[in-house]
Amino acid sequence: MHLTLEFGGGLELLLEKSTKVHKVDVQPRDGEDKATMKGLLSWVKSNLIKERPEMFIKDDSVRPGVLVLINDCDWELCGGLDAELEDKDVVVFISTLHGG
Amino acid sequence: MDGGGGRGRELERLRAEREELDARIRLLESEIETGSAAPAGEAGGPAAGVGDGGGGACQACPGLAHADSLPADMIYRYSRHLLLPDFGVEGQRKLSRSSILVVGAGGLGSPVALYLAACGVGILGIVDGDDVELNNLHRQIIHQEAYIGRSKVKSAADTCRAINSSIKVVEHHHTLKPSNALEVVRKYDIVVDATDNLPTRYMISDCCVLLNKPLISGAALGLEGQLTVYHHNGSPCYRCLFPNPPPVAACQRCSDSGVLGVVPGVIGCLQALEAIKVATDIGEPLSGRMLLFDALSARIRIVKIRGSSPVCTICAENSVFTQEDFQKFDYEAFTQSPMSDKSTLSLNLLPESARITCTEYKRLIDKGEPHVLLDVRPAHHFQIVSLSRSLNIPLSVLEEKLPMLETSMKETMDASAASDKQPSLYVVCRRGNDSQSAVQLLREKGFHSAKDIVGGLQSWAQDVDPDFPAY
Repeated sequence: MHLTLEFGGGLELLLEKSTKVHKVDVQPRDGEDKATMKGLLSWVKSNLIKERPEMFIKDDSVRPGVLVLINDCDWELCGGLDAELEDKDVVVFISTLHGG
Repeated sequence: MDGGGGRGRELERLRAEREELDARIRLLESEIETGSAAPAGEAGGPAAGVGDGGGGACQACPGLAHADSLPADMIYRYSRHLLLPDFGVEGQRKLSRSSILVVGAGGLGSPVALYLAACGVGILGIVDGDDVELNNLHRQIIHQEAYIGRSKVKSAADTCRAINSSIKVVEHHHTLKPSNALEVVRKYDIVVDATDNLPTRYMISDCCVLLNKPLISGAALGLEGQLTVYHHNGSPCYRCLFPNPPPVAACQRCSDSGVLGVVPGVIGCLQALEAIKVATDIGEPLSGRMLLFDALSARIRIVKIRGSSPVCTICAENSVFTQEDFQKFDYEAFTQSPMSDKSTLSLNLLPESARITCTEYKRLIDKGEPHVLLDVRPAHHFQIVSLSRSLNIPLSVLEEKLPMLETSMKETMDASAASDKQPSLYVVCRRGNDSQSAVQLLREKGFHSAKDIVGGLQSWAQDVDPDFPAY
């Protein structure tokens, strides 16, 4: 399943060469029919995050202060960790900014 | 007990409503006093300013349609607004009767205040406790060189008055705190969050919920910006979206991470636009949506965010958070970060024996003591300015680049007269925190002579070389 993942608000600093946009191919986890956000988070943690994983993940979810958007919609409105992903979905992880 | 809590909540709501009415009365009174900004009091005398403004007077005397129109100087000044079918006289009138508070006269607040003054809001409040500094001017475009060292609020208010003398500009010369926020915010219809730190953002949001004010919230850092309207038309408050604060390490600041001047400018302009839309009730404000701006890729993404949370501790129907709770709430402890972009945390990781002051280090240089000076700042900081003959290995790659340091130590030893003695190793950074972490690491890896220069380059500039450029 092809997904576009985007990281912003400083989260990109945790990835190789601080790349913001990643086109990836992710499969559902063993025993699951569809890929879920929960599976995607652990995939991102093992495959994309290069440093300080605690700046991305806390317990089983994203750390406080990170918004997750599935096709430009807050994941809280799509089922959160249980949200099911479709081919060609765009998932954005963005850290909230405080500066001004 | 439940009934008591519900009544207490109701009482607070009523009090907030009363405050709002009082604020409107004050606004109308000040309009009648000054006359110039009065949209309704001009032709019909003070009596026309009472009641629901010129509209009522017009209906009573249909022949006198002009009683409802704007004064001549307003018509000319705002003619391009009046020509907009969707905005028109009604929009301008609403704007001239609105009062908007801008919290922060910095990178975001500059364009917000400039545009709100120019477009003719009735009362523009500006709150900030800081003074203008030279390193503000690349982005805080409301301030001028002549105001360096003077209050930002004074500077911003003077500029606003120079642009539009017909509006009322109110100066609040202090930092917004839980102890004074309710009193300030309740005088206004709309609040613009143009601040630069996390605890203040939580505080302003909580305050706006308690007083039932829409909050136009913007943020910018580096090359990115974010914008949304909280607590308006069912949109969430800041706490609905971020019930728990992020870890301190995730809170980047402009004074550490940098910001391209025009980026807060773009977000600030959009904040002014949203404030105007909310004040005049035109269009669709960014309630329940968030705008994400990426300057480098020239991309703007507008996303749908959750509505107000039924379990939010602050804005949910059954919340028990009162104004008294608010005034006692410790926002700095809650977020583990200071209510200022500038205050710096000083680590204390090392024993005294592993540290040396800038003046002591200067004496060692003057004596010609052979040593290696390791600068552990990021490479782009090192390019800004550095001490002579320092070796740059950023802290993030120090462990893997230790051989580079070993080579440098060996070269220094070979070049010195006492070639059997290990040269000293001093470590410096911008403010003296990273250098301590580096010394800890170096001592673990066998560099036992490593010492940290207390206070870093900032102290060097302060205590040794006043000509050394600060940044």
